Amino acid sequence: MMATPMPAGVQMETRRITFRDAVREALQEEMQRDPTIFVIGECVELRSAWRTTRDLSVLFPGRVRDTPISESAIVGAAVGAAMLGMRPVAEIMVGDFVTTCMDELVNQAGKARYMFGGQIDLPLVVRIPTGLAKNAAAQHSQTLESWFMHAPGLLVAAPSTPYDCKGMLKAALRGRDPVLFFEYKMLYALQGDVPADDYTVPLGVADVKRAGRDVTVLCWGSVVHKALAAAVALEADGVSVEVLDLRSLVPLDTPAIQRSVERTHRAVVVEEACRPASAGADIAAWIAEHVFYSLDAPIKRLAAPPVPKPFSTPLEQAVVPQTDDIVRAVRELL
Amino acid sequence: MTQPIQDSLGLTGDQLLELYRQLLTIRAFEERVKYESSLGNVLGPTHLYIGEEAIAVGVCAALRPDDYITSTHRGHGHALAKGCRPDRMMAELFGRETGYCRGKGGSQHIADFSAGMLGANGIVAGGIPIATGAGLAIQLKQSDQVVISFFGESASNRGPFHEGINLAAVWRLPVLFVCEFNHFGQYTYARQVMRVENVADRAAAYGIPGLVVDGNDVLAVYQAAREAIARLRAGDGPMLLECKTYRLEGHNIGDELYYRTPGEAEAWRLKDPIDRYSAWLKDREVLSEALEAVTQARVQAEIDSAVAFAQASPFPPVEAALQDVFSADYAVRLS
Ligand SMILES: Cc1ncc(C[n+]2csc(CCOP(=O)(O)OP(=O)(O)O)c2C)c(N)n1
Repeated sequence: MMATPMPAGVQMETRRITFRDAVREALQEEMQRDPTIFVIGECVELRSAWRTTRDLSVLFPGRVRDTPISESAIVGAAVGAAMLGMRPVAEIMVGDFVTTCMDELVNQAGKARYMFGGQIDLPLVVRIPTGLAKNAAAQHSQTLESWFMHAPGLLVAAPSTPYDCKGMLKAALRGRDPVLFFEYKMLYALQGDVPADDYTVPLGVADVKRAGRDVTVLCWGSVVHKALAAAVALEADGVSVEVLDLRSLVPLDTPAIQRSVERTHRAVVVEEACRPASAGADIAAWIAEHVFYSLDAPIKRLAAPPVPKPFSTPLEQAVVPQTDDIVRAVRELL
Repeated sequence: MTQPIQDSLGLTGDQLLELYRQLLTIRAFEERVKYESSLGNVLGPTHLYIGEEAIAVGVCAALRPDDYITSTHRGHGHALAKGCRPDRMMAELFGRETGYCRGKGGSQHIADFSAGMLGANGIVAGGIPIATGAGLAIQLKQSDQVVISFFGESASNRGPFHEGINLAAVWRLPVLFVCEFNHFGQYTYARQVMRVENVADRAAAYGIPGLVVDGNDVLAVYQAAREAIARLRAGDGPMLLECKTYRLEGHNIGDELYYRTPGEAEAWRLKDPIDRYSAWLKDREVLSEALEAVTQARVQAEIDSAVAFAQASPFPPVEAALQDVFSADYAVRLS
């Protein structure tokens, strides 16, 4: 997988690390800084299924705990501990399994502050490895961010680079609200530069991953890299594509969307999830509502059809937008 | 728990040999799956049943063809023992059109409703309440069929285990809950995440019988299942049967297993269910060296032809990705 550069303007000593190490370093550094942080989840003591918690149980005895296969208890316990001022990090091994702890996420974590009249902070992070993995099939491939945009009270983050991942996870661990932190499984091996020193990336701030004049491609997570590849391909034809990495879906950086689309006058919203009632649908609706008079062409959306993710490779590849699809969509707008 | 395999329970020589053939078939299938996965022919995450074969074979031997099972992510053995065909299973694992699910399900979703195999499941404990529902259907239809729900010990730490078994107990449904205690939930030892030694101890909480058997003794499993199933058919309600075994391979293919206690697997290999059973059969002179070689060769030929079938089969056409979301009555919205 290609490597990602540091954002423009950041000038510090850097190190090159993988996305999975970005997760681990963020956890390690924040656990060092804040003794209230602890990690729970399935097989996290050894290394976690995605090797994101390697060595942490040795470095922080008692603060990294294997749980039974009990997702309701994992998230519910995180909520309860957060109520008492701890900072739990709960790992749900595969994004599809959020279905098995929806009550704890939606009815408990998302609503506690509000329905209890603002009495408490709920500083918990639920890490959710998500999205397509090779041939993982219907119950291990979904990415369900949009469900949690619809549920009030939950912050939703989905970084695309090691830099963003580490910085945003650190920000999440210093916040006061429940954060669902979506980590695209296909990105774990991606390399990128991070500062040698402490830094954070605030939640709710989008990032222009590539500046352009003609079309804005709005995306997040693993799709960002397909959009960047499409931008490179289109540049050869003289088409200048701006890739706006939203990074967070709640809060959604609507000023950044507005700025970009007002300059390019064209928008393509791309996502890996199913099309109906998706994050992309909400973003497209926001553009239509607020930036309509700046548009020179209808908003375009690329998403998966509303089908479960199929197992066999040709079908799996066919149901999610690919770089070529983005290239085609951009051309259709010009 | 490793006493010799017991008396033949009234089984004929042919029946005893059929169990042997099934054990060998599952083992050979799984060994081949491992190899084909290393070549990239078997796609995706795959969990092997090596070392646990006696459970599926022993339980399913006590079933009628019109009975049902629900299975797990580690389901190849259950499917084969319930009568699924190795060729269509292999084709599914290869992602081919001729697979049981047209290549759309893969290892964790093999199902064959015509064989009473109600599906492998990618969600741990997902099959347990479904088995309860199948039991409810049987009760409502006033049939004497039964349902087996296979699951690992770690599934008993999830809510659907509690809810599914409690409901089956309350309604006295004809479901046998079969726990495969293989000591691991992925990379975690069972003892790290449970305070009881036996999942069967939990049966008391639902007011149903719980029984522990040696899961590496195919006849012990068969006998226990036969008695439990007789209870079910008589309308006496569900039961929890726990089979103690050991996962000889990694959690999935590619698992480096560096969390495993050294020497443990070697000790369990001495209790390999196939070696034990074939030794017992030879002791009784049911199995000769010659017959053993012939059976092994036949099984190997069947697996070879399953692979050839899979390899010769086409991948599904891309249109298939949009089919079977709903019945033909409704279409998928594409834009
Ligand atoms: C609800 C849910 N949580 C986690 C997983 C990931 N996972 C798949 S299999 C497995 C271990 C299951 O252990 P057990 O039920 O004992 O069965 P075994 O693998 O030992 O056969 C885990 C954690 C899952 N598939 N579903």
